[in-house]
Amino acid sequence: MSFRLDQLPKKKYVVPGNAACAGCGMMIGLKVLGMVLGEEAVLSIPASCASVVQGLAPKSGVAMPILNVPFASAAAVATGIAEAYRMLGVKGHAVVWAGDGGTADIGFATLSGAAERNSNIIYIMYDNEAYMNTGIQRSSSTPRGAWTATTPVGKRERKKDVALLMAMHGVPYAATASIAYPQDFYRKLKRASEIEGFKFIHLHVPCPPGWRYDPAKTVEIAKLAVETGAWILWEYDNGQLKLNPPSTIYVDKTKRKPLKEYLKLQGRFAHLTDDDIKILEEEIETKWQTVLALAKAFPQRL
Amino acid sequence: MTVQKTALTGNYAVAYAAKMARPHVIAAYPITPQTSIVEKLAEFVEKGELNARFVNVESEFAAMSVVYGAAMAGARAFTATSSHGLLYMYEAAWWTALSRAPVVMAVVTRTVGPPWNIHVEHNDILTLRDAGWIIAMAETVQETFDLTLQAFRIAESAALPMAVGVDGFVLSHSTEPVEMPPQEVVDKYLPPRRPDVPILFRPGKPVTFGNLPSDNRIHARHKIVTVYEAQQEAKKVIIKADEEYGKLVGRRYGGLVEWYRAEDAKHMVVCAGAWCSDAKHAVDSLRSRGVPVGLMRIRFIRPFPREEVAKLDQYETVVVYDRDITPVGGVLGLEVKAALSRARVVNIIAGIAGVDFDSRHFYETIQNAVEERYKELEFVV
Repeated sequence: MSFRLDQLPKKKYVVPGNAACAGCGMMIGLKVLGMVLGEEAVLSIPASCASVVQGLAPKSGVAMPILNVPFASAAAVATGIAEAYRMLGVKGHAVVWAGDGGTADIGFATLSGAAERNSNIIYIMYDNEAYMNTGIQRSSSTPRGAWTATTPVGKRERKKDVALLMAMHGVPYAATASIAYPQDFYRKLKRASEIEGFKFIHLHVPCPPGWRYDPAKTVEIAKLAVETGAWILWEYDNGQLKLNPPSTIYVDKTKRKPLKEYLKLQGRFAHLTDDDIKILEEEIETKWQTVLALAKAFPQRL
Repeated sequence: MTVQKTALTGNYAVAYAAKMARPHVIAAYPITPQTSIVEKLAEFVEKGELNARFVNVESEFAAMSVVYGAAMAGARAFTATSSHGLLYMYEAAWWTALSRAPVVMAVVTRTVGPPWNIHVEHNDILTLRDAGWIIAMAETVQETFDLTLQAFRIAESAALPMAVGVDGFVLSHSTEPVEMPPQEVVDKYLPPRRPDVPILFRPGKPVTFGNLPSDNRIHARHKIVTVYEAQQEAKKVIIKADEEYGKLVGRRYGGLVEWYRAEDAKHMVVCAGAWCSDAKHAVDSLRSRGVPVGLMRIRFIRPFPREEVAKLDQYETVVVYDRDITPVGGVLGLEVKAALSRARVVNIIAGIAGVDFDSRHFYETIQNAVEERYKELEFVV
């Protein structure tokens, strides 16, 4: 699918009055969601940054219908909305817009339940890699080594790969995306909206206060995550798993930028030694081999 | 009017009533002794007898979340649970009430552990008492059916969720003949749900529900209206729902409470749930021996029938039975006491953990209470 940027919808769905931090990566994602599904989406948002930055009641800084829901409930609430719309003949998409804590941790049972049931929802996990709303505590999606308020010497465990876990549920659609590549995210949202059943998009979203970097560098850092191979863009579409550009060129390890370039811009990794970084590089390589093996194992759509 | 009479368990009575209410979405997780409700409903849906979406969920928390989402999207939604299942739903249950989502739930009352115990107790459903739910307790299988049907009308008219308490095993697994009105009568009683209450939640119509308040007084006001004022309004809704049901179906229960042999009584028994039948039996026996005792059956725990309960002050002794226990006594005992200033109130905590408590036990303990052998709070095992 190709499209021209100047032909994208002009209507804005993230409007003045929202309370996001300067340089918030999540809001970039929300803008793209508005471009694709602004007139078709109803959002379930669990406790997260998104529940705060949408603006203060009775006003809102997001021009889409939003239901704020309990922390662990979003995938189930969206299921209820989707089933209600099916019965009432209402056209639209029940979309979850949830953080990594609400997805990978407290909401994981509801997420897995909805995936296994193949509930007709689009679930977007915007991953800023920690509990940013409560002041930067680790989640299971925080990468190894990262400083957070509850991992003061760096997280000792690896990052949970939620997108792969969702793909391995055998859902119709699961993908990764990054706010540095809005065209890719745009296309994936469009594709998800065409598919009946459970759709999951894992969106990588830098967070200036949480990752400790200059708010002007949000897109640059998101881009470096992909260019260094730390974040891999792929999609699992009805049984076929494949890499997406630009990650496709980074299969060749020599094309990747050194991981250090991604890490050095972020205060959360400032304490890492060269040995620590080596471990991270090895893990990234293992992840690549896993994704490539899966691409080989799932070569075509069912 | 042709009236079908069918032998049904309490659980099947719930399932048939829920079916006749034509819900759009049902979500539930199995737990004893609720399970046969949702099994029956799943069967209705699979056989095409009920046009609804039956969502098999991975937990009770998800069950409540699914019906919450469905109700907020304008659908008629139903769930059922028991005991630990209800406790596992708890956060979503509060969220549902404070959103004024008109969900209907059957709570087949069961002991809370440890130890594991599947038998009857009322502590589970009573945990909803501060959450903003309307809470009713059935005495018979027939009333279980009638209350479940009425619950949809009450919940949707009051814009509050409603729980129907069905005593575990005592009602849920006991078979009684039940009169079910024809579907066309039910349809007349229960018009289609309005999708715009509490809000119209539709794509392309931006609205945010539940985001942070710009002024905490907005939230405070919302809580007062939802948790207190809406409950007071619901009293009228319940009485009207009972009257209309009487007109169309031919059965009335009298609203929030039922008075039983209260005329010229000196002492009154207060209770809720299935064991009220045993208590009535004991009242009859005591009456036949000249003890002037009557009974008030609390049909609705919420809204609490404070005005009716206050009338108990004219009696000498008020004996309140609780099939629940809290660190300060029984829930009903405390609430009845708070509405009275004159009468001597004896709170008897009995039948907890599913311990049998039949009409002979009522007979004996009522006697002990009115003859002042009991203190303010008594535990009977």
